[in-house]
Amino acid sequence: LLRSSQPLTGPNRRRCREDEKLLGTILDEGERGFIIDTRSAQAAKQARMSGGGTEPKSSYPQWRRLHRALDRGRPLQESFVKLAEACGEPSLSMDRWLSRLDGSRWLGHVKAALSTACLAAQCLDREDSSVLVHGAEGTDTTLLVTALAQLILDPSCRTLEGFQALLEREWIEAGHPFHLRCARSASSHARGKQEAPLFLLFLDCVWQLSRQFPLSLEFGEQLLLTLFDNAYASAFGTFLCNSEKERSLCKVKESTHSLWAWLNQPEERQKYLNPLYSHNPLVIWPSVEPQSIQLWQGLFLRWIRPSQHLDEAWVEIQRLVEGN
Amino acid sequence: MEHIRMPKVENVRLLDRLSSRRAVVGTLYLTATHVIFVENGSETRKETWVLHSQISSIEKQATTATGCPLLIRCKNFQVIQLVIPQERDCHDVYISLIRLARPVKYEELYCFSFNPKLDKEEREQGWKLVDLNEEYNRMGVPNNYWQISDVNRDYGVCDSYPTEVYVPKSATAHIIVGSSKFRSRRRFPALSYYCKGNNASICRSSQPLSGFSARCLEDEQMLQAIRKANPGSDFIYVVDTRPKLNAMANRAAGKGYENEDNYSNIKFQFIGIENIHVMRNSLQKMLEVCELKSPSMSDFLWGLENSGWLKHIKAIMDAGIFIAKAVAEEGVSVLVHCSDGWDRTAQVCSVASLLLDPYYRTVKGFMVLIEKDWVSFGHKFNHRYGNLDGDPKEISPVIDQFIECVWQLMEQFPCAFEFNERFLIHIQHHIYSCQFGNFLCNSQKERRELKIKERTYSLWAHLWKNRADYLNPLYRSDHSQTQGTLHPQIAPCNFLYKFWSGMYNRFEKGLHPRQSVTDYLMAVKEETQQLEEELEVLQERLANLQKSQSGNNKVKSKQQDRSKQFGLYTSNNSLANTPQEYSNDLKSFPSRSPSQGDEDSALILTQDNLKSSDPDLSGNSDQESGVEDLSCRSPSGGGCLPSEDSGKDSDEAVFLAG
Repeated sequence: LLRSSQPLTGPNRRRCREDEKLLGTILDEGERGFIIDTRSAQAAKQARMSGGGTEPKSSYPQWRRLHRALDRGRPLQESFVKLAEACGEPSLSMDRWLSRLDGSRWLGHVKAALSTACLAAQCLDREDSSVLVHGAEGTDTTLLVTALAQLILDPSCRTLEGFQALLEREWIEAGHPFHLRCARSASSHARGKQEAPLFLLFLDCVWQLSRQFPLSLEFGEQLLLTLFDNAYASAFGTFLCNSEKERSLCKVKESTHSLWAWLNQPEERQKYLNPLYSHNPLVIWPSVEPQSIQLWQGLFLRWIRPSQHLDEAWVEIQRLVEGN
Repeated sequence: MEHIRMPKVENVRLLDRLSSRRAVVGTLYLTATHVIFVENGSETRKETWVLHSQISSIEKQATTATGCPLLIRCKNFQVIQLVIPQERDCHDVYISLIRLARPVKYEELYCFSFNPKLDKEEREQGWKLVDLNEEYNRMGVPNNYWQISDVNRDYGVCDSYPTEVYVPKSATAHIIVGSSKFRSRRRFPALSYYCKGNNASICRSSQPLSGFSARCLEDEQMLQAIRKANPGSDFIYVVDTRPKLNAMANRAAGKGYENEDNYSNIKFQFIGIENIHVMRNSLQKMLEVCELKSPSMSDFLWGLENSGWLKHIKAIMDAGIFIAKAVAEEGVSVLVHCSDGWDRTAQVCSVASLLLDPYYRTVKGFMVLIEKDWVSFGHKFNHRYGNLDGDPKEISPVIDQFIECVWQLMEQFPCAFEFNERFLIHIQHHIYSCQFGNFLCNSQKERRELKIKERTYSLWAHLWKNRADYLNPLYRSDHSQTQGTLHPQIAPCNFLYKFWSGMYNRFEKGLHPRQSVTDYLMAVKEETQQLEEELEVLQERLANLQKSQSGNNKVKSKQQDRSKQFGLYTSNNSLANTPQEYSNDLKSFPSRSPSQGDEDSALILTQDNLKSSDPDLSGNSDQESGVEDLSCRSPSGGGCLPSEDSGKDSDEAVFLAG
């Protein structure tokens, strides 16, 4: 599984031998690979006008290109805002609730993200093919897809440690611009141009996985909520800045504490574990049918929905599993 | 058997809902009670059994090159798509099934031939398991305020009521009879639930025949009697569960509702729940959404809202909450009615009872609740669920809605119910299956005339025997959630109502969470119990040894490592490993023939019991090629792998975006 940003083909259909050679080394003679472009075919084509583009078939003959349009940027942020608004309106009648939910399109984004990640995973697992994922910049939807795909495929990513490592690798080190993307969240009136809830979308998808495979993730919802909180506002330096370079310039490692260090303390760690977890060595394939994708109430209705009875259920589960 | 034109057809294909490629070939059999499809495979020979009673509709579709398609929709939401090679055969099967699915005599129903190999004594015992007299006694009646009346002992007063009803002490036979004449279908006010703690009660009836101005002294006295039976309150609520407009329209037909001016000390309340026709259409629309092929999130949400289904569920729930609140918090008695007092009234009374009394949240209690508010009070099972061929306008998912309300509550209060989702699904299944005699006919009177108890078996006994499958591992009778009244949130609460895919997409395994928390926790509980028992035994032995020998023998007490024990529960990883059958897998209904005398046929062992010995799973091997998966929804039916992008969107792969 590889990731990158878009090739700078441009309007003149530039070629780059080194890039072609690099991709060529991935595949053996006669092997095929897949390129999953997270832009629509049209958007990818249009990108050529501003210097970007796609990998032309002629230059990359062994690679098959698939387009799976995933929203990012402004539309995604709007979707998030609409959903937050719908959730925050207590007076909505039953008649209107579902259409507001639908109008936000958020669940559609979740479905699309999971589908694309599953596609990548399918190519790897079922087709035994290498997969290259990229969008435009390679910092948003690209990371969403690669991180989710690994969670689906690799049981070690589903442990608490493994998941943290996945986040470090696929989001933080890979250069997702947290500072820009997680500036203000949904309730703010200011609409930052660079703001978009990709990371939240990722966490939502992880939550969907945990709902469909309740025994297969070593961590629970509480971890996901904590990560969401810390991406937007944190006492720790883990999600600061926009890239490793910036973090290095700001001397983040020298001047702040790591969220992981804190989470992994024995007393803290307990809170984030899933009592139902048992190691599942197989690939977990989620259903992306609409019935299978649900609103993450624990996040979006966090302050509205009374959680007492559900908390009690978890206490009960804990008790049962620990055998009194 | 005379209705079966073609008892056997070979080379029939059973299709998958989403992918016409994923078809299984086998033989179709028609028997007097079932349709059976047996797969041709050498080792597996999976069987799909469908009871005729379950068949809701049969659609013969246009013949194609591959054969003549036949679509069977069932009342338990199973949808079976067959393709029969010869059009002539298809037609014969179609005609036969039409007739078989619409029996004209009760004797045609499966319950009269079903033989679980129990003797007469056991059959009788089965019927005695749920005893309503015991239940009323448990509630605390008869007492100073309530008495049992046998005025209806020969069904002379109301033929849809039971022979024994509970009425207020001050309601004489004269008052009862007079009141019954003033009520639609003669369904006079009778006790549904009595609250020992504060003497408040829930009574039920049908609408009064008040028209615009008619009055009836006895009926007014009846309501007064109900009020007097609760000294703690000086008024009663009268709750009409119809929308106000409908109730008013009824007045033109000489019926209507209680006028507060005429009935002293009542507070009248409309709680608008729509009628059976609206509900039938609502379900229809929702099922259409479920049948959509590869719907987008929008298609689904829009379709769901358009059906209005969840709105209706909420309306029923809100009514139940209102009544429970009136009884538990205000200590005020409530009289509930709709039009005829056998649909919405039953729903609302049973929801309210469930909220009020934790007993009804136990396995036994729930069976008692249904027996009381639905069976004994004359809910028209035959008309509503089509035991026999009848007026399609009478069909309506009334009890389905009640069962869903219970499920919605279970989702909100995970520790409060002794039973689990599977219990509800199986009950719903058997209401339609006519495999047991509990839900036949329209009234107690009809059932006694048919001698149901002597000729059929009771579902309750069957469920009770298998209750281990129906338990909720999170239930503890001493838990706070299980004490007293349940208080569901009233507002905001729209988001609390979820689409019940476990019921309406029951047979589409791929849709549901692939790992069952319930089953896992039940297994954990069982193991813990076993370990504790073992520990006790060993401790005893240790004590004995220490007594008999002087301490130089080291006895190791086995400290069982619990975490290792969990390995005994093979968490069903093989399920998880199947990429979503975006082509939902219809091969998953192995059921057993009734003659095997074992569990009921068509009562699935698989999707309901996700045990690792699930025979169905062996079929979904890991070897399944992803190739087909990638193109199974190909709009252009093209080759196996997604085609190259050449400026158009190539959407062949399974995981289509949005």
